[in-house]
Amino acid sequence: MKHDKIERNLGILLVLTMVAISVGGMVEIIPLFFIKETVEKVEGVRPYKPLELRGRDIYIREGCYLCHSQMIRPFRDEALRYGHYSLAAESKYDHPFQWGSKRTGPDLARVGGKYSNDWQTQHLIAPRSLVPQSVMPNYPWLATTDLDYSDINLRMRALRKTGVPYSESQAEYERNVEEFGADVAKYLHIPDAEKNLIGQAQQGNYDTNPDKLSEMDALVAYLQMLGTLVDFKKYDDDYFVKFR
Amino acid sequence: MAATGTAAAVNVNEQYNYDIVRKFTIMTLVWGAIGMFVGVYIASELAWPWLNFDNPYITFGRLRPVHTGAVIFGFGGSALFATSYYVVQRTSQARLFSDGLANFTFWGWQAAIVFAALGNVLGHSQGREYAEMEWPIDLLILFVWVAYLTVFVGTLMKRKQPHIYVANWFYLAFILATALLHVFNNLAVPIDLFSMKSYSLFSGVQDAMTQWWYGHNAVGFFLTAAFLGMMYYFVPKQAGRPVYSYRLSVIHFWAIIFLYMWAGSHHLHWTAIPDWTSTLAATFSIMLLLPSWGGMINGILTLSGAWDKLRTDPIMRFLIVALSFYGMSTFEGPMMSLKDVNALSHYTDWTVGHVHSGALGWVAMVSFGSLYHLVPRLWNTPMHSIKLINVHFWLATIGILLYITAMWISGIMQGLMWRAFDDFGNLQYSFVESVAAAHPFYIMRAVGGAFFLSGMLLMCYNVFKTIRKGSVGVEAVGIEGEGKLSPNAA
Repeated sequence: MKHDKIERNLGILLVLTMVAISVGGMVEIIPLFFIKETVEKVEGVRPYKPLELRGRDIYIREGCYLCHSQMIRPFRDEALRYGHYSLAAESKYDHPFQWGSKRTGPDLARVGGKYSNDWQTQHLIAPRSLVPQSVMPNYPWLATTDLDYSDINLRMRALRKTGVPYSESQAEYERNVEEFGADVAKYLHIPDAEKNLIGQAQQGNYDTNPDKLSEMDALVAYLQMLGTLVDFKKYDDDYFVKFR
Repeated sequence: MAATGTAAAVNVNEQYNYDIVRKFTIMTLVWGAIGMFVGVYIASELAWPWLNFDNPYITFGRLRPVHTGAVIFGFGGSALFATSYYVVQRTSQARLFSDGLANFTFWGWQAAIVFAALGNVLGHSQGREYAEMEWPIDLLILFVWVAYLTVFVGTLMKRKQPHIYVANWFYLAFILATALLHVFNNLAVPIDLFSMKSYSLFSGVQDAMTQWWYGHNAVGFFLTAAFLGMMYYFVPKQAGRPVYSYRLSVIHFWAIIFLYMWAGSHHLHWTAIPDWTSTLAATFSIMLLLPSWGGMINGILTLSGAWDKLRTDPIMRFLIVALSFYGMSTFEGPMMSLKDVNALSHYTDWTVGHVHSGALGWVAMVSFGSLYHLVPRLWNTPMHSIKLINVHFWLATIGILLYITAMWISGIMQGLMWRAFDDFGNLQYSFVESVAAAHPFYIMRAVGGAFFLSGMLLMCYNVFKTIRKGSVGVEAVGIEGEGKLSPNAA
């Protein structure tokens, strides 16, 4: 077919353009939903508890992902600096993913447990009081703003619609007990979300102020669990290589 | 502009809908000034963090999407609406299809950008780069986009020329691809019909692939294919020469729109996506060099036989330097998509520098050149000052060079510091040492941005003065026609 014909016929031009721009995405994205090896099978990965979920929402609200990645690459220097490289499974409940694309600050994929709650809170309020060369903004309002958890059920229900196994019914709860164990399953139960959120904040006292349930509680709770779910001692490294 | 409705301009305004082109032209300048100012401000925040002022609404994290939204969708988008509506009318010799729909695209698009910026400042974000707008704004954008497609295709259907001019192929591909990307990357479940908050439908690996398929092709189609469409009209017009090679334009058009869509996952090298997608993307990224340079060569060689214009015509200078930066960044891109290079460059300032050599060097420069060509024709009067165009050109060029040099140095330095080991096999530098080392280059980058911004402001002034003159001059000059009123006629 001569190109002249395409240039004279808008319909053909439209169809051929549509075909040309559709192929790449279809070939690269659609298989990821069907190829089983795309996401590893590992124990420990679970959906976020209500308080952590609100913390993650705040992480997204403040645009943390624009300066911090959550994706450790399989290099020797990153292993030393950050820990085991990130697995696909570790973000399988992440709606949206927060791998990031820039490290103006360090990677946070395994920051959980690396610093104390005190340190995290102080660092978020005034980063340069602990790390003088830091260029991170101060976030003092996190500690003074009460956490709004009035719509926590709505948030978990929306996530449930995307496929995250939060439980609404008793049957779903029991399925979660089987999959994640009773300790975790209770936090995934939507009807108890508010109670669990308050309970975790009181127990954890993340913002080091026991009298207040602040946005800091939620954000620090989220940071403190990042990258801690998979016990890498249980696995031989060759196991993960199969999935790459 | 109310003033443009003057009686003397009625004839040309009957033949073509220039009113909508004028509106988008003005908003291109407004968003350019705002978006670039925010850019300079957040660049300064990285150099001097006290500029965050402990104020949630102006922290780097919230302002960064305001910057990208205002420059990509406000400045770039308005420039594309303006030029595509102009080009499709001129090359089809037909008036725009439906003034009402065209006006809806104007007001809808401006509203979307304003709402997006307000939303970002208030903390409403989808957490997806360049797609931070929450779902109600995404819906508004979708409606605007369907209207845009209708107006564009409707105008092409009315064309009095049998052939669809090459610039329109690129604009058409851009409109279709943007629709496709926008819809699939913004699939999300709102938590409530009365809440801005939503969660993305996909998670983890699949979500990452979708986002970077979007992110990369927003660059490929919004910031490249569409601006090639601009180039294919305004370079030959300004040069007074036909496009260098028809055959090359056919080949590189189909190649570029096909290949671009495969390259997205080079943004995810060494991450948890499967290696095969990563390898595939790198392969297609290398292939992409050929059609990219095809476009550059076709644009630059259009000037053969008229090279002397570069000495006398600052508008031509903008266009040719834009093509040169396009050539440079489309060489740099495939190089950075090689896995070994990417291992060093990813997560560093090098990426930021690469984006800006494309965004400032190519997108903004080709827009400036095209608008300087367009404004005298829209307002029936020569530009207020050719000299100021020249000053703008140098401010912009120096600004870009400072910017990308700073980012090359800091980026490569960061990459090397992060992977450096001492004699005992320990990491040689802590992370924060790399932050401290980047400080001088963050200052240099902010200065480069300030140069570029001041050029942009100069352009606003120059165009403002031109419009003031034009709206008065319309009656006297009349509508004597195209070309004759060119600032270079003398």
